Amino acid sequence: MAELRAPDECGVPDPMPFMHPTLRENYGKWVFHSHPKPGVLYHRAENGTEVWTVKFGTARQLDGYTVRLLCDLADKHADGHMRFTARSNVEFMVTAESKVDPLIKELNSHGFPVGGTANSVSMISHTQGFLHCDIPGTDASGVVKALMDELHEEFIKCEMPNRVKLSTSCCEINCGGQADIAIIMQHTKPPKINHDLVANVCERPTVVARCPVAAIRPALVNGKPSLEVDEKKCICCGACFPPCPPMQINDPEHSKIAIWVGGKNSNARSKPTFHKLVASGLPNNLPRWPEVAAVVKNILAVYKADAQPWERMGDWIDRIGWPRFFEKTGLPFTKYHIDDWRGSRTTLNASTHIRF
Amino acid sequence: MAKKMHDTPMLDKLESGPWPSFVTGLKREAAKKDIMVDLLGQLETSYKTKKGYWKGGTVGVFGYGGGVIPRFTELKDEHENPVFPDAAEFHTLRIQPPAGMHYDTATLRKFADIWDKYGSGLIGLHGQSGDIMMQGCTTANVQPAWEEINAMGFDMGGAGPALRTSMSCVGAARCEMSCYDEAKALRTIINANIDDMHRPALPYKFKFKFSGCPNDCVNSIQRSDMATIGTWRDNIQVNEQQARDYMKGHGMDKLVNDVISKCPTRAITLRNKADAVTGDSISTVAVDDQHVMQIENHDCVRCMHCLNVMPGALLPGKDKGVTILVGGKSVLKIGATMGTVIIPFMKLESEEDFEKLNEMSRNIIDFFAENALEHERTGEMIERIGLVNFLEGLDIDVDPNMVNHPRANPYVRMDDWDEEVEKANERKAAA
Ligand code: HEM
Ligand code: SF4
Ligand code: SF4
Ligand code: SF4
Ligand code: SF4
Repeated sequence: MAELRAPDECGVPDPMPFMHPTLRENYGKWVFHSHPKPGVLYHRAENGTEVWTVKFGTARQLDGYTVRLLCDLADKHADGHMRFTARSNVEFMVTAESKVDPLIKELNSHGFPVGGTANSVSMISHTQGFLHCDIPGTDASGVVKALMDELHEEFIKCEMPNRVKLSTSCCEINCGGQADIAIIMQHTKPPKINHDLVANVCERPTVVARCPVAAIRPALVNGKPSLEVDEKKCICCGACFPPCPPMQINDPEHSKIAIWVGGKNSNARSKPTFHKLVASGLPNNLPRWPEVAAVVKNILAVYKADAQPWERMGDWIDRIGWPRFFEKTGLPFTKYHIDDWRGSRTTLNASTHIRF
Repeated sequence: MAKKMHDTPMLDKLESGPWPSFVTGLKREAAKKDIMVDLLGQLETSYKTKKGYWKGGTVGVFGYGGGVIPRFTELKDEHENPVFPDAAEFHTLRIQPPAGMHYDTATLRKFADIWDKYGSGLIGLHGQSGDIMMQGCTTANVQPAWEEINAMGFDMGGAGPALRTSMSCVGAARCEMSCYDEAKALRTIINANIDDMHRPALPYKFKFKFSGCPNDCVNSIQRSDMATIGTWRDNIQVNEQQARDYMKGHGMDKLVNDVISKCPTRAITLRNKADAVTGDSISTVAVDDQHVMQIENHDCVRCMHCLNVMPGALLPGKDKGVTILVGGKSVLKIGATMGTVIIPFMKLESEEDFEKLNEMSRNIIDFFAENALEHERTGEMIERIGLVNFLEGLDIDVDPNMVNHPRANPYVRMDDWDEEVEKANERKAAA
């Protein structure tokens, strides 16, 4: 066997050698930005240097051909540099306004949608799903592809009241994160335990400790050490599944998709907020999830028609109130919308503030 | 040429439509590589059965304890043989990108070449924690692929109970809101603690994130154990020309409805020039010949709204620094938690300032390592022990900026109230 090379623990690379030279030279010296048109940002530095950024969407999971195509386009149009955003959009920087339109034209000709800036619906932040996670209830890249096809017009235009950020997660762990609209797998049945495997693959005390409601007990099943679940207590969160795969939580029929709205990371206007449950029970209908797309598009349409400029989804709902959110979107309000987890009383209306 | 493709009627349906299709990308790789032919076969099966077929395991590189996400197929036939043998191993290497995710094309081409040679060709740019995800590699190829990546000057990211790959916003590189050197802060802290990334020995994951201003473009409050967010202490800076331009372009009703009335603390007032007030904490800018917009900076909570709506006209102040929040995390196990303030303001300019931040980060990791239960995140630990115990452990003084409001219940022992008052007075005197 060949000699193994000890790693060079070089850590995070210095971004300077990779950065577009205009950004590097004006690092920390920017004073103005504007949005000339959807997908394009304009920035000016204090010494008058100007830079135009063209932002476009990708599939995030990039094959070699696409990576090299991006490189060819960046060499041709953008001085051989690019950067990626936290939502997997790509940004090409150009130093003359005249370079913007030819770049957009060429990006579009290769099928890259230019947009995702300002008050548009940006790319969905998402997870791994069937492609690479070991516990997914659904796919991630496929949901995103299907939804972004439907929301394409909203990505390439800036017609929303404020920016809209979406996320999807293929289990309740929610690696996709908080969002204006979050699409999250919701299990509805307790795990089915494959007792034959527990003894071999699971560290039972670890699994027992993971459960947020202490529903799991060690048990002897058919004379072998296994686990049992108090199904009345179980909240179907799936936390036991990662440490113990025999706790089969994924259920092709009963695992459903839920929609949450009003999450916001930024501190702008209101403090950051978590998204809230508005719909559930949607089928995991691969490969295009039409029922999920319909609910998301409906919420977006109502928000677009009703919110004031600069109101994020959550700001809008703060103004109109939850009853009217449910009224306007036509989504049913059920007992499951009322929280009963720890600290839930702070989510109840302790006032006579009621809109009629 | 790779082997024959499997039929993928479900996935084929994800090739139409205007958004770029990952399926088309996978198929392009499958034309060259057997591993991708079989990956498509397994993925199609998942689409049909609505089940995932990966399990983890232990695969790593020499010298490190983490950073590779091992994936072995569980889709086996009746003889326990993989149904899709060429994708039976499909591991991911998590690689840390340059801070801010800037690239030159030579680097990206090299990644593509390495992954052509050793992997499936599929690169995820980027994971939600910020990693370059080199996806789809056999166990045998992990080490040689890693050695070539490492030789490029790139290092492995985090996985498991370890320090995780970090993210910073575009910030100083191209944003006028930036209040500190985000990339420098990220590199200072991550590189000083890199051992905790490569050799997982913490109770659970630990994430740092760095945003240049309260717009928090990398979601640090909700997605990191320690969030470093740029802010400022003095008055918002103004630029009259830009303010007049905004007014010309948008008009008085937009100024009132979009800017002034949406200030969360009603810190902004529109006045006739003649009625303008004066004071050290007031930012004043004329928007036309008759009106001035005035901001009472003591009331401003640095929410960024008015700066966002009137770019260039209003800019962060000059006395810049950062706010530190601790304890953000996602759902498991107690429910999602947000980071909460532990340092309302600290300067982050000089080398000593960065060293101070670095020290505090180290102390927080150490406290976490010593006090968190297994599989407990920082936010959960603080929920369990209370913020005050955490602050005392780190020798950080209490501050009213840490709370939304003071305690609203009397269930507390306050034996040494007098001593605490004494301490508060000392702090006041020292300030
Ligand atoms: C069991 C298998 C799991 C897999 C395969 C998985 C997969 C992933 C992946 C691929 C990412 C992106 C990583 C990157 O950027 O490099 C991610 C991020 C994330 N994961 Fe997981 N995850 C798992 C378990 C968990 C658990 C148990 C939690 C929480 C309790 C969790 C919470 C998160 C969060 C919050 C993020 C986003 C973090 C950020 O934005 O910094 N994941 N996960
Ligand atoms: S959300 Fe759940 S299923 Fe999806 S990648 Fe994260 S841990 Fe895996
Ligand atoms: S699904 Fe969640 S609540 Fe149910 S047994 Fe597993 S860990 Fe406990
Ligand atoms: S967080 Fe602030 S400084 Fe950083 S990119 Fe966003 S707006 Fe700019
Ligand atoms: S930044 Fe300050 S003045 Fe401006 S809207 Fe926010 S709180 Fe008001």
